[in-house]
Amino acid sequence: MYLLGNVLVVGLVVGGVSPKSAAAQSAGRIEQLSGTTTPEYVVPRTPDGVPDLEGFWTNQTYTPLERPSEVNKAFYTVEEAAEIEEGRFEREVAQTSPGTIPDVHYDFTQFGLDRSQSTFARSLRTSLIVDPPTGRLPPLNTIGLERARKVMEERERIGGRWDAAENNQLDDRCIIMRGAGPPMLNAGYNANYHIVQNADYVMILVEMIHDARIIPLDGRRYPSGRVRHWMGLPRGYWEGDSLVVETANFNGKNPLEGSSDQLRVIERFTRVSDDTILYKFTVADPDTWDRSWTAEMSMKKTIGPLFEHACHEGNYGLYNTLVGARLEDRKADEEDGLQGPEE
Amino acid sequence: MRQKHVAVIARVVVLFCSFLLSMEEVSSQSSSSISAARTPNETPDFNGIWQALGNNYWNVEPHAASPGIVRGLGALGAVPGGLGVVDGGVIPYRSEALVRRNDNFSNRLTRDPAIKCYLPGVPRATYMPFPLQIIQGQSHIMILHEFAGAVRTIYMTDQTEAPASSWMGWSNGRWEGETLVIETTGFNGMTWFDRAGNYHSDQLRVVERLTARSPERLSYEVKIEDPIVFTRPWKMSMPLYRRAESNAELLEFRCVEFVEDLIYGHLRKDQSR
Repeated sequence: MYLLGNVLVVGLVVGGVSPKSAAAQSAGRIEQLSGTTTPEYVVPRTPDGVPDLEGFWTNQTYTPLERPSEVNKAFYTVEEAAEIEEGRFEREVAQTSPGTIPDVHYDFTQFGLDRSQSTFARSLRTSLIVDPPTGRLPPLNTIGLERARKVMEERERIGGRWDAAENNQLDDRCIIMRGAGPPMLNAGYNANYHIVQNADYVMILVEMIHDARIIPLDGRRYPSGRVRHWMGLPRGYWEGDSLVVETANFNGKNPLEGSSDQLRVIERFTRVSDDTILYKFTVADPDTWDRSWTAEMSMKKTIGPLFEHACHEGNYGLYNTLVGARLEDRKADEEDGLQGPEE
Repeated sequence: MRQKHVAVIARVVVLFCSFLLSMEEVSSQSSSSISAARTPNETPDFNGIWQALGNNYWNVEPHAASPGIVRGLGALGAVPGGLGVVDGGVIPYRSEALVRRNDNFSNRLTRDPAIKCYLPGVPRATYMPFPLQIIQGQSHIMILHEFAGAVRTIYMTDQTEAPASSWMGWSNGRWEGETLVIETTGFNGMTWFDRAGNYHSDQLRVVERLTARSPERLSYEVKIEDPIVFTRPWKMSMPLYRRAESNAELLEFRCVEFVEDLIYGHLRKDQSR
């Protein structure tokens, strides 16, 4: 435990323990985040002389992006935070209780996918968003609202989820995870990253759907606006001991909280201790919000390696559910046929 | 007696010629190997964006040009000829495996796993008509492929056995002088070598050797072992060329979206869409 300005900072990594015991151990070791590195911490360097961010990291957290509506402060007390974590642990453990509805889904705790068994960054923050000070997203502007309305209309038009593969969420289709980023948000589980650096690039491998972000550091320009990616095109540089990554040229097909293809994301990675990278990002999109917003969270050192997440290759779920839906359709048609046309 | 002498002399000549040939092979390799640029870790520096040229991704064995299997694509879908990259020209299949390869070829439009945007496996990913990027870190070397965003992590220090089988396998690497040697195992047996049905089982073991021949060219040699499918180990070799455009960059080829209609289209409720 050490003091940073007037902010109390306590680091903690929970790993490889049973959910109950993790919850029991959790009280009292929770950190607040701060935008600066501790003066006494000497950032390790790669042989190229730049800050060393290499290794396996996770930004798994229980802290929501937006402050819950019933909360009107930026930080919980340690006791409040511990109680919230305890509640989340219990909900995850409940998923393994035989005969319960959650049990029908994956057994998260058996496969170690639950947060209570993974390393995770603990925080007293009531939201990841630090600006606006409300801890909440700015309201959608008129362009953003109009787009949201069109999205809803289109959703109505295309029909039900099981009418076609493309009616499903992008992650169920194994195209991209919602939290793949940037910004890299912890979308559910396996919020693990592998960072590898050379002199000219930083590579961040997102475990889910093996999405590698290849970030050039050579000051090159963005390509033509006709070249647009699901994850945008990143450009990086070192600013002091921070890696800054600016991403543009998004295709807008995986919107972040309603964003458009005009989204721009600026991320800042700063190693603040041996086991922590402070991950701060600012999001701007004039076609969605009238102001930018900023959030911050920790990336905690975790154990590797990352295994291949071949999502599409093993996507039997989507295929078989569609097969089931068409069988149901046929059965319904046959029953209608038996009853004959209504007089 | 005289015949015997002739036979002995002939044999000596053959031996000497093959000795010369092997000398030639060795010397040509050593003379064209260069001392590559070094990373700050003093290892050869292979960082960069590389790509194989040629038409071997259609068929790693020698083949003449042929019409494509999708009629509507005409000349654009036709298969260009290739001299092949297999040592000796022919893959040494076991007889029953050769039957399956030929069957794969006949059914390649439905069986080739890459058509469905599945991870292409190793070594196929290396010589597909897409660039790859090498990023050398301190304990891992990443080989990142544009096709399907396929990723290989080469473990240089923290090496383990494959924890489970996978599409791209589990790769451990080491430096042998100027050469990066990568041994990959732990395959799931669901990938192919090319578009012509050449295949392997989950017993595949791949040993790749990458050596700089010039600042702009790597030699890529790969040894294939799979006792279930082949009668003996066999080799392929080809150059990998540096993509020299100053703005060269791996672009997204997130092909899952492009194959949804192929895989799930027949399961759509409204077939008129």
